[in-house]
Amino acid sequence: MKSEDRSGEVKIGLECHAQLLTRSKLFCPCSTDYQNSEPNTHVCPTCLGLPGALPVVNEQAIKYGVKVALALGCEVQPVTTFYRKNYFYPDLPRGFQITQYDFPIALNGLVKIENKKVRIRRVHLEEDPGRLVYKGTIETAKYSLVDYNRSGIPLVEIVTEPDLRSPKEARVFLGKLRSVLGYLGVFDSDLEGALRVDANVSVAGGERAEVKNISSYKGVERALSFEITRQRNLLRRGLGVVQETRHYDEARGITVSMRTKEFEHDYRYFPEPDLVPIRISGLVAGLRAEIPELPDEKKKRFVSQYSVTQEHANSLTFDKSVADFYEEVVSKMPKTEAVAGSSAAVAGSSAAWVATWVADVLKGELNYRGISMREASKLISAGDFVTVLKLLKEGVVTERGATEILREMLDRGGKPKEIVKKKGLASLGSAETEKAVFEVLGEEQNAGAVADYKLGKKEALNFLVGQVLKKTRGRAEPKKINELLKLELQKK
Amino acid sequence: MITATEVVAGVKSGNISCEELVWRIYERIERSELNCFITLNKAAALAEAREEDKRRRKNEREYEKENGRKKLLGVPVAVKDSISTQGIQTTCASKILTGYVPPYDATVVEALKREGAIILGKTNMDEFCMGTSTETSFYGPTKNPHDLSRVPGGSSGGSAAAVSPAAGEAVLALGSDTGGSIRCPASFCGVVGLKPTYGLVSRYGLIAYANSLEQIGPLASNVSDAALLLEVLAVKDERDSTNFSLEKKNNREKEGVKGMKIGVPREFLEGEGVSPEVKKAVWNAVQRFEELGAECEEVSLPNLNLKHALAAYYIIAVSEASSNLARFDGLRYGLRTGKDEDWHTTFSRIRGEGFGEEVKRRIILGTYALSAGYYGKYYLKALKVRTLVKNEFEVALKRYDLLATPTMPFVAFRLGERIKDPLSLYLADVNTVPVNLAGVPSLSLPCESSGAGAGVGAGAGAGKLPIGLQLVGGHFEEWKILRAGLAFEQATTL
Repeated sequence: MKSEDRSGEVKIGLECHAQLLTRSKLFCPCSTDYQNSEPNTHVCPTCLGLPGALPVVNEQAIKYGVKVALALGCEVQPVTTFYRKNYFYPDLPRGFQITQYDFPIALNGLVKIENKKVRIRRVHLEEDPGRLVYKGTIETAKYSLVDYNRSGIPLVEIVTEPDLRSPKEARVFLGKLRSVLGYLGVFDSDLEGALRVDANVSVAGGERAEVKNISSYKGVERALSFEITRQRNLLRRGLGVVQETRHYDEARGITVSMRTKEFEHDYRYFPEPDLVPIRISGLVAGLRAEIPELPDEKKKRFVSQYSVTQEHANSLTFDKSVADFYEEVVSKMPKTEAVAGSSAAVAGSSAAWVATWVADVLKGELNYRGISMREASKLISAGDFVTVLKLLKEGVVTERGATEILREMLDRGGKPKEIVKKKGLASLGSAETEKAVFEVLGEEQNAGAVADYKLGKKEALNFLVGQVLKKTRGRAEPKKINELLKLELQKK
Repeated sequence: MITATEVVAGVKSGNISCEELVWRIYERIERSELNCFITLNKAAALAEAREEDKRRRKNEREYEKENGRKKLLGVPVAVKDSISTQGIQTTCASKILTGYVPPYDATVVEALKREGAIILGKTNMDEFCMGTSTETSFYGPTKNPHDLSRVPGGSSGGSAAAVSPAAGEAVLALGSDTGGSIRCPASFCGVVGLKPTYGLVSRYGLIAYANSLEQIGPLASNVSDAALLLEVLAVKDERDSTNFSLEKKNNREKEGVKGMKIGVPREFLEGEGVSPEVKKAVWNAVQRFEELGAECEEVSLPNLNLKHALAAYYIIAVSEASSNLARFDGLRYGLRTGKDEDWHTTFSRIRGEGFGEEVKRRIILGTYALSAGYYGKYYLKALKVRTLVKNEFEVALKRYDLLATPTMPFVAFRLGERIKDPLSLYLADVNTVPVNLAGVPSLSLPCESSGAGAGVGAGAGAGKLPIGLQLVGGHFEEWKILRAGLAFEQATTL
């Protein structure tokens, strides 16, 4: 019954728009580096749509588009053409957007996520419109301002078939896409608004709705969950779901109707007469050779080469800069064990241990601070990271001490050894640890815990370990404390 | 009127004062009833001319060295108002662009300046090039210099009238030709106009009406001047993706038409509405070519249905126009009236006020033709017809060096005579639009004068209305057409 019951089945198809990292815009020589510029400073007659100005295709953008298509397993088309999509909006200076329609760059791709395959319908290029800006908020502003710096920024649009079955799958797919685009070096995943998504959602028994304006990778799950719940509620009450376009209100986490089917725009697509068809078949072989090892292959290699867990492999390879950092650290680690043990397994286990420190500890600290590996690598070099791990292995610092060093480097900078000195992070010797243990056991406030332990409450030991750690500010080795405490408690 | 070649030689040698020449032209313009110009560039042009004279006087030898190669040294040129000029208002004869001053020069204007030309001003035209009579201009119609009660043709009516010796308001002029907009006014005003091969001249800076059809081209009082100006215009431009670089240099050594094969397609002469005097004038011209040594024969282009070509042309042109003209919303430049409301109300009001009737008609037609459900029926079908027309011309132009036809089926009509009947105006383009569909080059030059004029013209030949002969050549064979045109011109006195 389970698999046959399709009632309530959800179908999601995504249209993903990613800004491509070309140096100039898609159809003019204006710089794309507009993020920190005054409004309307990265503009020219072409991207302002001045009368008489003409577009010229940026070849780099075409190459990036072909690369993306190849990485997503698509069939690159022999010839590609641009079309005009006609509609009025203040951020669209020509009254039409130059995009692709028939003859896109590529068709029919396939992306694997977890245990399923998502078919890619098409990959094409188009220009980003400008941006409406409001003084204060959209509700309180008396007028809208338009900034055309973004006008003409190249976007690659990736359209999936409706193969996704849940908001979570959609998020995983987008994560995968973001990862692949980042690997290709054609996309800056750190950039705000660099990946925007429209989603087509339907629940069996109803029409589909298109949800527009999902501007963050994280917003997708929330937007889709809301929309699916909305549609299910309508169906449950027998009201039916109409075909319509809805707008995702990120601040409120809801979708709002923009227009129903009868009011759908007729975009009047027709071939852009100012541009000529572009033969791209000749680019394929060269660009295929430029595609680096992609996340899936890298993951497999990490598991076999470094004996890391599947989970660590996932975490390490999601972002290419993390994977690169990890491999650099591994290559810089002293090979003493490999020599001593002279077995790959030992070396492997060392690499697996490094994986914990990169995937769990370092990435955890980065997530907490909301910074990317690329930014972090300016603060912590792979060499520094190796030094920290060496200090740990040599017992100069405890695990907690090592983490402290990393935090200090991220927050205030500095070199590992200086930080150990400055912050007094060096581990305590056995005598000092013993002293701390005696002190804790002798303190009045801990008598209860000691008694509990004696009565067989093993958890009491954890409390006492904590007390010792607190007293030593983390500089004592927890394992050592544990041993000493057990020994002393037995004596009591 | 002085020719461009004479101006260049005179300015170079010092026999002509550039300032005086420009001054005299402005005097004529200001006295004129023709309404050739929308915007004058008087102060800047006179200053430029004065500078030119000063530079020459200062150091004649150096001047010769630095400027001797400039092809249009000191030549006063009028520029159609559909072409962007930095710092000079460019309106396309529309209210909606009133006050718009482009921050950049069209590639052709850059070329003019580089070659030493002096920009006189911006000439009148049909609004957004949409017309055959210059009557749809927001700035009022231009009049025919041969008969002030008649139209100059269009859409480049101001440019054609200005270079007419009867007017003498410019030595050379730029026009743009989407479906005959250079050749029609050349024919009506008795001047020489050339529509280049699609892609020969950069369109960068030309305010688009129908991108896939139009070209900028020269208007002049004689064939040599038109050739000189074309040479300046035909430069490779990376900013226009449809611009070709001419690899194969035209053979310009040859002269005359001896041995040239000229076809006279029956369809262009026998169509309804071709006036008998026009027909006769073309046959007389053909006879002259034979006397000059060309082999001429009547030919049929059986697959060229001119009515279908005309329909296809209008569908493609209005479709492209409906999209091209979407950018005029008053937000960034041009007309902005009244109180700002929400954007669609404001856009609608400004477009409602800013566009003329003919422009609105074509936007509506084009929007309809591109709509879902009609695209295949109209636009795609029109593209198929276009391919047929192109093929037919290619076949014919393999057999013949040139095709000779009437440019217009009749001579200049009266102001107001046809403007209320758009369809009859559209039909007037029947001989010129197939050339744009095919993308081939075509020259219109005066071949005879009819006696139909009212005798109130401004200058020589007053009272007689010119008849234009159209010479069509193969892709990038401008020089062959010009060679034939020159031979014809030298053998003809009008």
